[in-house]
Amino acid sequence: MKQTSNTFLDNAHVALQDADKAQRRDIMALFTPLVRNAAMESFGHFEALRAHVKQVKQHSLEHLDHYLARFEQEALHNGNHVHFAADGEQMNSIVLEICQQHSARHVAKGKSMVTEETGLNDYLKRAGIRVMETDLGEYIIQQAGETPSHIVGPALHKSAAEVRDLFLAKHDLGDRELAETSDMVREAREVLREHFLKAEVGIIGANALIAENGYSMLVTNEGNGDLCANLPNVLIVCTTIDRVLPRAEDATATLRLLVRSATGQAQTCYTSFYSGPRREQDIDGPLETHIVLLDNRRSEILASDYKEMLQCIRCGACLNHCPIYAGVGGHAYGWVYPGPMGSILTPLLTSLEQSNALPNACTTCGRCAEVCPADIPLPDLLRDLRHEESERKLSPARWRLGLQLHAWLACHPRLYRALTGLGIFILYLLGRRKGSFKHLPLAAGWTSERDFPAPAGKTFMQQYAAQQRADKTREHKQATPVKRAPKPGRVSGRGTPVGRGSSGRTSAGRTSAGRIEPSMGEGWQHEAGPASPGTIRDSGKISGGSKDSGGKAAAKKPKAHPGGPRGKKPRRRKDHD
Amino acid sequence: MTTTRPEQPEASTPALQVSLFVTCLADLLRPSVAFASIKLLEQAGCEVTVPAAQTCCGQPAYNTGDYESSAPLARQLIKQFESADYVVVPSGSCAGMIHHHYPRLLDGEWREKALELAAKTFELTTFLNDIVRLRRGERPAITLPGVTYHDSCAGLRELGIKRQPRALLRELCDLEVTELPQSEVCCGFGGTFCAKMPEISGKMVNDKLTNALATEAQILAGGDLGCLLNIAGRAKRNGKAIEVRHIAELLAGDLDTPAIGQGKS
Repeated sequence: MKQTSNTFLDNAHVALQDADKAQRRDIMALFTPLVRNAAMESFGHFEALRAHVKQVKQHSLEHLDHYLARFEQEALHNGNHVHFAADGEQMNSIVLEICQQHSARHVAKGKSMVTEETGLNDYLKRAGIRVMETDLGEYIIQQAGETPSHIVGPALHKSAAEVRDLFLAKHDLGDRELAETSDMVREAREVLREHFLKAEVGIIGANALIAENGYSMLVTNEGNGDLCANLPNVLIVCTTIDRVLPRAEDATATLRLLVRSATGQAQTCYTSFYSGPRREQDIDGPLETHIVLLDNRRSEILASDYKEMLQCIRCGACLNHCPIYAGVGGHAYGWVYPGPMGSILTPLLTSLEQSNALPNACTTCGRCAEVCPADIPLPDLLRDLRHEESERKLSPARWRLGLQLHAWLACHPRLYRALTGLGIFILYLLGRRKGSFKHLPLAAGWTSERDFPAPAGKTFMQQYAAQQRADKTREHKQATPVKRAPKPGRVSGRGTPVGRGSSGRTSAGRTSAGRIEPSMGEGWQHEAGPASPGTIRDSGKISGGSKDSGGKAAAKKPKAHPGGPRGKKPRRRKDHD
Repeated sequence: MTTTRPEQPEASTPALQVSLFVTCLADLLRPSVAFASIKLLEQAGCEVTVPAAQTCCGQPAYNTGDYESSAPLARQLIKQFESADYVVVPSGSCAGMIHHHYPRLLDGEWREKALELAAKTFELTTFLNDIVRLRRGERPAITLPGVTYHDSCAGLRELGIKRQPRALLRELCDLEVTELPQSEVCCGFGGTFCAKMPEISGKMVNDKLTNALATEAQILAGGDLGCLLNIAGRAKRNGKAIEVRHIAELLAGDLDTPAIGQGKS
């Protein structure tokens, strides 16, 4: 599969331009979380079971060598052939060799993301073998010459009308309406039946491998997996090493979350366990069975800081809950696995160089991690991949340098204060009338989609510091009157808070206060009036002065005595210096 | 007993000492959020200090993957607030940064210090509602028109902030929030995401705005300035009149400060 992850933004642009598909994605994004949430609610034990599933997965992965060896042993005992494939190329060649040993011309294939990963279909096709996808969604996209847009519903991006047109064009079945989706399903079933019967080899995936008995487990809703597994003489299970679980009950525990997370069903229509070839007493089943276990960098991932990603049980819930996936669809991600899990797996299974946009296609909103049945901290892993991009200088230099500069500046508070104070004041002056900017240098990414709200005045720190200085000066004057003592009545309203436990909160009506030196201004407590929470609130029109906060008001600074009507607590303007 | 409400702390009980972490966005773009926070904390009987050297929690660099630039900022903030009894932050994402990401970012002794800071750090509405239990006076702080509420993702998912702002609006302003459809879906801000992937972010914020307008509320409130600037900027761009304001401003009764992105009338 040709990877186009690096043109994610262009792919996304194309996707967003297609209004019909965008609308369908929006509907799916409303619908799929609803069914998942309803299923989890009626189930009622999501958190408890996910903690269990996580623990089971982590345990299996920590002892992966042991459980793989056990699985192999049991599977061999059941009469299977077991193959280990280091990479996709090796898996493909193992499968091809098996097909060639049996002179197979036709392969019937169940849904398998692993073989999408290895590009098995094209590989077999090049060797002259006809591969027929039998999962309805996979069948549709195979006919359309497309790739899956979703790991559970590969053809979710296609409308019924598109499928109708596709079937009318591809199936040579004469004049017919195909008015209803049920008509299309019936037609696909009839067409596919022929292929099931013709196939010499069946290929399926696995949702879990059970170490204690050597079985593989598969869930489907169409039953096509069972037909692929039982009708042809040869069965090949293509899966990956991270599917192995210790016991059958671990597999079924996973299942309880997998299906609810994926489709909102309590259970899929078919849950199948494949043990091995037909035994003497069996009336049907394959004569020969192979299990091909793909590594393809998974053991590297296991040894890395991204090992939690191997807990993934491929339910697709993170896709269904991701607002970015909903916006741009699966194809924009440019490889096999889309959405949050794909944005992590793609760089790990291919390379970060080939997919460095993907870890950034996330707002770290955390909705994926919230619903993940394996409790994978997806946003954290995505952020860690960004860290790697940053370290390896794969992210754009202007971003890296800009953020370094920002962080450096923020580590130098005085300089930060001076520069931001100046910059903000200029922005305030320029933007105060309209309140926002349509364009702003260095912020094109922001202003291309929305206005930039102008600062509301001088920075808080400037306003606050000025206020503190004014308070101190006033108190100082009051404590040591040199020339002209300010009239107590005027000053009292400023109500500087005094020590803790006192009526420090006489700052009641003030827009801001904060503790200053506890030793100062004690003489003003009583004048500031009693402070009960009630009076605070009642007098507290905090915003009194904020309308003209900032530069303009600040210019009037020392004169701005907060007088106020006698006997009433004056409103303090937050903006005066 | 006719009421189960706890009383406000008496003047004689020692006031809680609260250090305000203003957050860089409030400092630079929306000082009214910090002033409102101070007012609310004082109303609740706290004494508020504002450490002067504070700047930024380091989220921009952190979320962009530049952990090396972010870590000194984390250590700086930890030092600045080390002696505080309580640290209150009018932002779910900055409080979440301190709670969840500082311990992830730092090692050894600094990680221990980060955990200590996390234990005494609270997002503003959580602190007001759950810790000091701010109650109203004789009448509501302000009469508000229809308000809808945007649950910012970091606050919602990292800190479980959902009930607190609504409870405070009910208590202090006699107001029931008109719920936003899809209220738990991201607005498309995502820090640098909105500038790195503007088109996708634009689609997301447009959806958020459409949902907000569907509520017919006059005000959209929220607890995180990043999201609010994003939504307000899109509303302005689309010529929509909805006012976007920080929850602290509403609770403190400040409707005089022009809404975010609005000029002076």
